[in-house]
Amino acid sequence: LKQVVAKHAVRSLSSITVPLPDISVYRFEKNLFPQKAETNREEMLKYFKAMTFQRRIEIACDEIYKMKQARGFCHLMDGQEAVAVGIEAGITLQDYIITAYRCHGFMLGRGGTPEKILGEMMGKLNGVSKGKGGSMHMTSQKNRFFGGNGIVGAQIPIGTGLAYGIKYEEKKEVCVTLYGDGAANQGQLFEAANMAMLWKLPVIYVCENNGFAMGTSVARASANTNLYARLDLIPGARINGQHIYAVREAIKFAKEWCLSGKGPVCLELLTYRYHGHSMSDSGLTYRTREDIQKVRKERDPIMTVSYTHLTLPTKAQVQISVVAEPLKKK
Amino acid sequence: YQRRVHGDFMFKVLACKRALSLALLPKFSRTFSSGPAPLKMDFSEKVNTKEIVLKNPSKLKKMNICQSITNALDIALASNPNTYVYGEDVKFGGVFRCTVGLNEKYGTDRVFNTPLSEQGIIGFSVGLVAAGGVAIPEIQFGDYIFPAFDQFVNEVAKYRYRTNGLFNTGGICCRVAYGAVGHGGHYHSQTPEAHFMHTAGLTMVIPRNPIQAKGLLLASIRSPDPVIFFEPKILYRMSEDLVPEEDYEIPLRKAEVIKEGKDVTLLGYGASVRQLQMASKMAEEKGISCEIIDLRTILPYDFETIEKSVNKTGRLLITHEAPVTSGAGAEIAAKVQEKCFLHMKAPVKRVCGYDTPFPFVYEPFYLPNRVKIFDGIQELMAEQLTTSSQIPFKYCLLYTSPSPRDLSTSRMPSSA
Repeated sequence: LKQVVAKHAVRSLSSITVPLPDISVYRFEKNLFPQKAETNREEMLKYFKAMTFQRRIEIACDEIYKMKQARGFCHLMDGQEAVAVGIEAGITLQDYIITAYRCHGFMLGRGGTPEKILGEMMGKLNGVSKGKGGSMHMTSQKNRFFGGNGIVGAQIPIGTGLAYGIKYEEKKEVCVTLYGDGAANQGQLFEAANMAMLWKLPVIYVCENNGFAMGTSVARASANTNLYARLDLIPGARINGQHIYAVREAIKFAKEWCLSGKGPVCLELLTYRYHGHSMSDSGLTYRTREDIQKVRKERDPIMTVSYTHLTLPTKAQVQISVVAEPLKKK
Repeated sequence: YQRRVHGDFMFKVLACKRALSLALLPKFSRTFSSGPAPLKMDFSEKVNTKEIVLKNPSKLKKMNICQSITNALDIALASNPNTYVYGEDVKFGGVFRCTVGLNEKYGTDRVFNTPLSEQGIIGFSVGLVAAGGVAIPEIQFGDYIFPAFDQFVNEVAKYRYRTNGLFNTGGICCRVAYGAVGHGGHYHSQTPEAHFMHTAGLTMVIPRNPIQAKGLLLASIRSPDPVIFFEPKILYRMSEDLVPEEDYEIPLRKAEVIKEGKDVTLLGYGASVRQLQMASKMAEEKGISCEIIDLRTILPYDFETIEKSVNKTGRLLITHEAPVTSGAGAEIAAKVQEKCFLHMKAPVKRVCGYDTPFPFVYEPFYLPNRVKIFDGIQELMAEQLTTSSQIPFKYCLLYTSPSPRDLSTSRMPSSA
């Protein structure tokens, strides 16, 4: 028994090296970015669990909305789990996050439980904002999650202001400010980015580029589709947002860069959403079902973690199904 | 595949659970709140021949507000080759299907999409019309008009004034989908007309049904002044009428008296007009005869019609979805007490939304519905109807003993 336990312990703590996909950079030296990530099986299982949990919650939200138990607007982020889990993995709970309305995954990472999230959508008192905010306005004061904002682009200057507060108090923290490819054309972004670079604020601008602003593709809305290169003097990088280790390492790098006083960073995460923009959008008028199926097969974030598992002995695969079933039930 | 199968199964499980819980719970409990059910009334109207002169009065087509707007835009684009329709997602037909087929018919240089920048859209419109075009930008939801607020107030409204008439932004007619929709929450339900009411130089127009929508929109597009055209999105599909297919206009800056009466004047616009019509039907059962005015043009508003009506009845009730403080009703109430004071039999009553952000789950409690308006009518008529069989007892002592309660906000109805 001791031998089995020891072998298991060694295997679970043994380090696995994951090679990271290629990135594009702007005003950065490419060799500054890490090319591989160190991880172990426990960590992989942890990320797998977190991402599967988020996926199941989004599907549950879909169902309660279709049954009219929840009303209002519901923007789901299944397909984008690696962004939420990867960012959370790269920073601590002392860092600040602020994002737009596709916020369920971030809420889960910052103290949300399924009861609170689904309750909030249904307008119940046990919800995150006591039912007054709805799907778009979920926040956590203790865990420094500032929501959940309905108006496109409005959260960007707010995140910049948070970063100013951090710098003023001389804390070793960053503010991760997320926005989408639609908000990349809002004037507020450029105003806030200018301020951040002028005053060297510890803010990481993360653009979740899922290819479509509601129904408009990036190419039809933006003259410059390199969204990581649009903030002028702020250095940027384009990362594969479906690869959780790529996201994690990029955020870690960006955090170090900010904390060394060099100023803000812009990361563009290429990701994809399987649902439409919101529950009233089928998601099929501007893309085909084949496109979505293709992404599910080739670029699904949960599969990235599982495929890496497949190279490991089969016991790991059994463990995956053992972990996934109770999550589905919950 | 896994997801679909699992989804179906979960759906069945949840549906069974729900059915079970509904069967076991007492009949009167509900899972969510809703306002009073609408009265069964026919809201369809005929063309007002006093205002609209038609060449083919028999050529009518059943349309809802959405289709009548598409029709109006089609006519506008056809009649003036220098007209442009643009906004977010306008090209494929719009999120409310109001611009369906226009891009196919007129091409992408006249009907096109813009990126997600409201300030950019309106600023761009100012330039476009100053150079001689006619611009019909669309703001997808009224709640998103605020990035463009500076362009509206500082550029659109003041262009003619500051250039002494050399240039003007009269070619702008900005279409905005606004108003409560039942499930909109904070950012898909706002009514921002009060924010613009303070700006001289702008015109604001709000239709109540498809016939009005088409006529008012064509008049707004061709008006020599910049117009913001608010469309009540809840009525996009709900309001249907037989609309004339030809090109016709309804004059701006004129209110319309929809129903004559002699006891109390009810004033509203947009979706609130339906609530007024339902409340007046309830009032008629008590013998109160109501006069209903649809304001149509909110700024500059037609005070003559209101004055004439209030001098006749002596009582005024104003309703709108926007919050009560400094809403459109506040301005009209101030003017009415200034000009019609000696004719008034009761203070002006405003039945409006509360002074909070537009709520998420509390929407049925927030909106001024027919029951709150009916309550207001009874309050106005309290002095006249003194026997308790005619009005609830709570109003009998209204003007004889002072009440410490604040009477300027609506109370919850006693029977919902």
